[in-house]
Amino acid sequence: MEVGRHPRIRLLAYSEVEKVTGELGNFQVTVRKKARYVDESKCTGCGSCAEKCPTSGVDAYNMGMAKSKAIYKYFPQGIPSAYTIDANICRNFREGKKCGICAKVCQAGAVDYKQEEQIIKLDIGAIILATGYELFDARKVPEYGYGRISNVITAMEFERFLSASGPTHGHVYRPSDLRIKDGLPELEKAVQKGSREIEKFEKSFGMSSADLVKRRDGGELTGEQYDQWAKAYELFLASKEQLDDAAGKAESMETAHRLAFIQCVGSRDMRFNRYCSGFCCMHSIKEALIAREHDAAAEIYIFGMDIRAVGKGFEEYRNRAVNAGIKFVRSRVAEVSENAGHSPILWFEDTTSREVRSLEVDLVILATACEPGPAALEFAKMLDIPLTDFGFYQTRTIPPLDTSRPGVFTCGCAQGPMDIPESVAQASSAAARAAQVLTADVGKRPHPDVSRSAA
Amino acid sequence: MRGNGENVKPAEPRIGVFVCHCGSNIGGYLDCEALTGYASALPGVVFTKSNLYTCAESGIAEIKSAIKAHNLTRVVVASCSPRTHMPLFRSACEEAGLNQYLFEMANIRDQCSWVHMQDRADAQIKAMDLIRMAVAKARLLEPQEDIETSLVKRAMVLGAGVAGLSASSALADMGVEVILVERESVPGGLLRRLNRVGPLGEKATEILDELIGNVNNDPKIDLRLDTELTGVGGVVGKYEVTIKDKAGLETKETVGCIIVATGAVPLNAEGLYGYNGSTVITQIELEEQMRDGKFSAKNVVMIQCAGARSPERAYCSRICCVTAVKNSIYIKELNPEAEVHILYRDIQMYGTANEKLLWESRGKGVKFDIYDAAVPPVVKDGKVEFYQPVTGMTVDIPCDLVVLSTPLTAPADAPIIANYMRIPLDQNNFFLEAHAKLRPLDFATDGIFLAGTARYPALVGEAQAQGLGAAARANTILSKSKLQFSALVSKVTDRCDGCGFCVDLCPYKALRLEEYEKDGHKRKRNTTDNILCKGCGVCAATCPKGGIVVLGFTRKQLEAQVDAALM
Repeated sequence: MEVGRHPRIRLLAYSEVEKVTGELGNFQVTVRKKARYVDESKCTGCGSCAEKCPTSGVDAYNMGMAKSKAIYKYFPQGIPSAYTIDANICRNFREGKKCGICAKVCQAGAVDYKQEEQIIKLDIGAIILATGYELFDARKVPEYGYGRISNVITAMEFERFLSASGPTHGHVYRPSDLRIKDGLPELEKAVQKGSREIEKFEKSFGMSSADLVKRRDGGELTGEQYDQWAKAYELFLASKEQLDDAAGKAESMETAHRLAFIQCVGSRDMRFNRYCSGFCCMHSIKEALIAREHDAAAEIYIFGMDIRAVGKGFEEYRNRAVNAGIKFVRSRVAEVSENAGHSPILWFEDTTSREVRSLEVDLVILATACEPGPAALEFAKMLDIPLTDFGFYQTRTIPPLDTSRPGVFTCGCAQGPMDIPESVAQASSAAARAAQVLTADVGKRPHPDVSRSAA
Repeated sequence: MRGNGENVKPAEPRIGVFVCHCGSNIGGYLDCEALTGYASALPGVVFTKSNLYTCAESGIAEIKSAIKAHNLTRVVVASCSPRTHMPLFRSACEEAGLNQYLFEMANIRDQCSWVHMQDRADAQIKAMDLIRMAVAKARLLEPQEDIETSLVKRAMVLGAGVAGLSASSALADMGVEVILVERESVPGGLLRRLNRVGPLGEKATEILDELIGNVNNDPKIDLRLDTELTGVGGVVGKYEVTIKDKAGLETKETVGCIIVATGAVPLNAEGLYGYNGSTVITQIELEEQMRDGKFSAKNVVMIQCAGARSPERAYCSRICCVTAVKNSIYIKELNPEAEVHILYRDIQMYGTANEKLLWESRGKGVKFDIYDAAVPPVVKDGKVEFYQPVTGMTVDIPCDLVVLSTPLTAPADAPIIANYMRIPLDQNNFFLEAHAKLRPLDFATDGIFLAGTARYPALVGEAQAQGLGAAARANTILSKSKLQFSALVSKVTDRCDGCGFCVDLCPYKALRLEEYEKDGHKRKRNTTDNILCKGCGVCAATCPKGGIVVLGFTRKQLEAQVDAALM
């Protein structure tokens, strides 16, 4: 919001850098501003377009656990607040159908199906790469069953579960239960369809289906029509039973009480990322404490090798979790299996009691690693700057923000995993470095040797 | 209107009320549509609207267009805390041509929906109360003008360690004059005591030489060694700082901003694990031995969390594991035959570079073992005895040197420095930033910033990043041509008789008695310093005769709110 309103900041959202040439003090940057098919200067963000849009899409912000529309806003407080049409799913673009509902309902006249992408050329003095990170794909760790066992989720998914504006309005339900609830409309449809079918038979033959079954079983009624009827009735009863069962389960659906957090999923693991992702211990403790606030009776475990609570107030925060009854188990979980009731079972060695044990829980939350995104590689090529062995932008310890190319700096998780306060502090430092080198005499100071990397 | 323009009443205020759902933060617990309807019936309200997020650009646009379309003269937003969004809503009013001080806020989230989630019916009634009170006050609001002042484009940096040196150079490069104050006779701080800096192994002296060289060669930086802070007065833009040199001579400097980079000190290890300074030493003493080429031990045991993560000192000092692992590598490089054993609780090698150091250390044959804090290791003659949880046995490690990894602690005079500037400390006497996540380098007090180990233990690179960052934060103020302050400050009225009750109570020292003559008699009355005053209201609450008020919180306005609450 502060950035969006700042008179000296020009925000180019939904845009990508195509090309960078030049040098410190005199870079030429080419930016491709993608077509959002909505005029940012007209859109007020009121949302009536999305309300009426007939095409639903996947809500990426809610980790795919909720639905959005073909005309969407990534998240409500986003800047700019303008909506965007996803041309991959919008009927107008994909099927060439005449829909145009969003344009019709928009009072600001902001929808513009003919909008084209723009190429913007900028003269820039210094560049700061704050391209962030991506989360490790937990499917790559087969032993934890993510993607196979429905009640194994990632910390980011859990974050959305805990959020009051998330897909479950802050209630922690098991995905397996949610799936049953989500399936109810389809089951209802099947029951309605079956009921219509047998109604037809009952009308034309003037008797109830129950009577038919009795008389047909007694050999009184024979013939293909009666067989068809009996079969339809059987299907109807089966689908009704399925619906009642699911409805009962959905009705008695309880929130997850037994939670297990597994640390270092894809981090400190020779198969994937050998480094420590830095912030996951703290977000697991935070999520555990919030889950505890939601449910005082919850049974919560955090499984990790070391608990790295190294920031200001972090150890005290961990102590708070211990005092709140959250159990820390020093162990790298070996495997997660699933029982018939969809409850995950953790198999692990308890290193303090020196035993292999198992533990049944309702939900497993995986603390997935922080990885350099594809953007890092793209920019490294575009700007001709080196990456570390791990794929983050290479810097030195001192100064900590300079890349190998004068005038190009980096901050935050793009140069390695770090938490929010460190990222914010680094962002200010990168701004200071950019301001420093843009004054001529300082720009002449020798550039640090970044060929030897810190990591 | 009655004839001839006589008795024309001031126009009845035209109030617009916006009720925010805040997603489901409010909307999930309160019936916002009903609240909007309720507000529309309140006296003076001519327009109401509910928004999913009033703070979103769309919500702001609606406030602006409603002010123009409905000729609103007051705006009330019922949403979150004024702390976060009041400035935003006020500027929306200003942009639509309405004086920003004609805006009022009702906090129906933090003070209602969040705290009464379990009792929605009563929460709804309370939200109605809060909105009714805000509207009642809004009717009586008066337009105000912000206060503007000039500022001094100079900064003072306290402490010439890595953070302070880096901050000073950065500020000077941005065109700011800097007075860099260091208590010791040499600059460099803690870094002066170190051997090499991880993970690349640069010599600490080389890094220091460069940082100090930059400062010494910069005509914009005035480095004052052997100098101490003795007092701070004034306000952002014009802090009056008193410093005292070795000879006891005090000088006063006027600066626009102050950066606190006063550092930390390693814990005195007396009484820990048989510390004796020769066979049982601290990590910083090991650094000094290695720096001076005096290290010769063959079998070294390092004990982590010595005096940290304990009942008397709960915090983790962040850098000691990295330091121990780094030093274990250098010991192995000096003498590959040496045995190094690190006893730890959690090995805190966060991030990429640190974790890489850990493998390097393990690869060089350094041994790592977990100890149980409930059964800490025991240092005996020529050995360390410890309980090894993974085997369930008590194990002896023979050694000729024990190195204690003790935490960095706040300097003993941190409370004095904090008191000079009226800035807060945390429970461990480290300086407390304005916001743990979003404002790590700021204080709540305008114009004072924080960097390095004065904030919390930090590695060299982290301290430098914070020093640079604090410089950038200070420059957001120093690069301005003038400063603006809130108009909501105290104002002395005609009813002040100079009794002076309020003067002593003012926590910001913003009030002063002055003499004047009236009808040939000498009298006293109060005056307010508009910049020092933060509008806290202690004076107005103290005054028995309405002789001083706080604008935006006048007696009439507050009474209207109370009356509305009791309706």
